[in-house]
Amino acid sequence: MADLRVNFCGVELKNPVTTASGTFGFGHEYGEFFDLSRLGGIGVKGLTPTERLGNPAPRIAETPSGILNCVGLQNPGIDRFIEEQIPFLRQYDTAIIANVSGNTVEEYEGMVEKISDADVDLIEMNISCPNVKCGGMAFGTQPDMVTEVVSAAKKKAKKPLIVKLSPNVTDIAEIARAAVAAGADALSLINTLLGMRIDIETRKPILSNVMGGLSGPAVFPVAVRMVYQVRKAVDVPILGMGGIRTGKDIVEMLLAGADAVAMGTVMFADPMAPVKAIEELEAWMDAHGVKSIRELSGAVEV
Amino acid sequence: MSIQEICRVSCSQQLGDGLYRLVLDAPQIAAQAQCGQFVHIACGEGNMLRRPISICLADGAALHIVFQTKGSGTEWLAARKQGDELDVLGPLGHGFDVAALGAKPVFLGGGIGVPPMLQTVKCAKAAGAAPRAILGFRNQGAVILEDEFRAACETFVTTDDGSYARHGFVTDVLKELVADATGVAACGPRPMLKAIAALAKDAGLPCQVSMEERMGCGIGACLVCACALKAENGETRYGHVCKDGPVFNAEEVEW
Repeated sequence: MADLRVNFCGVELKNPVTTASGTFGFGHEYGEFFDLSRLGGIGVKGLTPTERLGNPAPRIAETPSGILNCVGLQNPGIDRFIEEQIPFLRQYDTAIIANVSGNTVEEYEGMVEKISDADVDLIEMNISCPNVKCGGMAFGTQPDMVTEVVSAAKKKAKKPLIVKLSPNVTDIAEIARAAVAAGADALSLINTLLGMRIDIETRKPILSNVMGGLSGPAVFPVAVRMVYQVRKAVDVPILGMGGIRTGKDIVEMLLAGADAVAMGTVMFADPMAPVKAIEELEAWMDAHGVKSIRELSGAVEV
Repeated sequence: MSIQEICRVSCSQQLGDGLYRLVLDAPQIAAQAQCGQFVHIACGEGNMLRRPISICLADGAALHIVFQTKGSGTEWLAARKQGDELDVLGPLGHGFDVAALGAKPVFLGGGIGVPPMLQTVKCAKAAGAAPRAILGFRNQGAVILEDEFRAACETFVTTDDGSYARHGFVTDVLKELVADATGVAACGPRPMLKAIAALAKDAGLPCQVSMEERMGCGIGACLVCACALKAENGETRYGHVCKDGPVFNAEEVEW
């Protein structure tokens, strides 16, 4: 039997499959379909210093092999997450990846400081949300801003700090190098690609926010490419995500350079997708005589 | 508890132009279904998202859905034949609370909002109430389920263009019934629901409305199907149609 365990920044994940922030809430809903302990980790809904209501509807539009969303970081705020959600999530044998956002450098510092003292395993710092006016992607698309916000946050971090990168940049490797130089312990990528759809009858954008983030199988090749480029540019663990559907997709993302992965949009089509993918990954590894995830990470032959 | 069930189509029927009925063999989902809830159906490889469809009837193991073709997903669904299998999540959401509508509830449906009211009428009747139904359609060709409603309760039908039954809107009939009603529940286009909510409020009647919004996961995780609601402090908050709804108290909704 293949060993699916992954050591990610010193945190042992029982398998490389986590859930992508923003697609999984805090786990309650998908917990009705499968045992959350099956997962290597849970990336929770993006958190902000105080409650955020999010954008008006419509917040979603279907696209070929994907979706656009503009939820806008609706969340109850970090304090209620710590009080109400961590005790729920800790009932399960899975790592908690707390995803945090802010509008300013100071807010990111405050978020990382506060969540460091909470019972979570990893901190994912979102500098790549395309759906909020301030902060978010504005921080993640300019190397000097990445340096400033990550180095400030790193000083407050008492848990491994994963920096989540935006694909909406000219050179992802440059952004990755800036994040790692500023102290990122790991990187996660990709967040969603900025997109837009128009209702041709009304001539109006479908999304309330005009533009939104593209996710789903449509973005998978872009994600594989960017993980590959980042793997070559930096030497920190990578959480690869973007359009993963199956166990074979996970193998591909690992080969590109990921150490672990996150699944998201595919669950809207099939809530059991992560469990099926873990089983398929294990079967594939057994069939191919691959004994550990490490053997696959970055093993693409170019 | 939400279930993922692979259901066989036991009957497919075209009801009108772009209007279809499927009967699914869904013993697990049907056993739990409450009126006003919905199912979330995978609509083939080419469609990333499931399609939310209201439950028209749950009768033993049979789950009846009635829907209108609006795009590639519902067109795929309309092409399903007897014996085909469907991947269905359900029953989902928060349905109608008929007990809160009293002994003489009035149920209204508009267009493709009519189907979920059938189960709701039956549910109210089973609970000992004396329901009445008002069904509104665009025109004669859009009329669906009339006989089944008439078999279940006193039913009024309107068409927007007067091509069938009474010329006018469901609200025209509701105005005549409110004096003798104890509660109102409705599903249909938003302007219709808004007008019904206003009438119910003036009459001092409890009113429940089934809302619609573009949906993602269907279970409350992705937070896309936001419905603006009035928060206790008077500000706006967002509920989610798939989990907090589709049925909301009309007074809660930010119209």
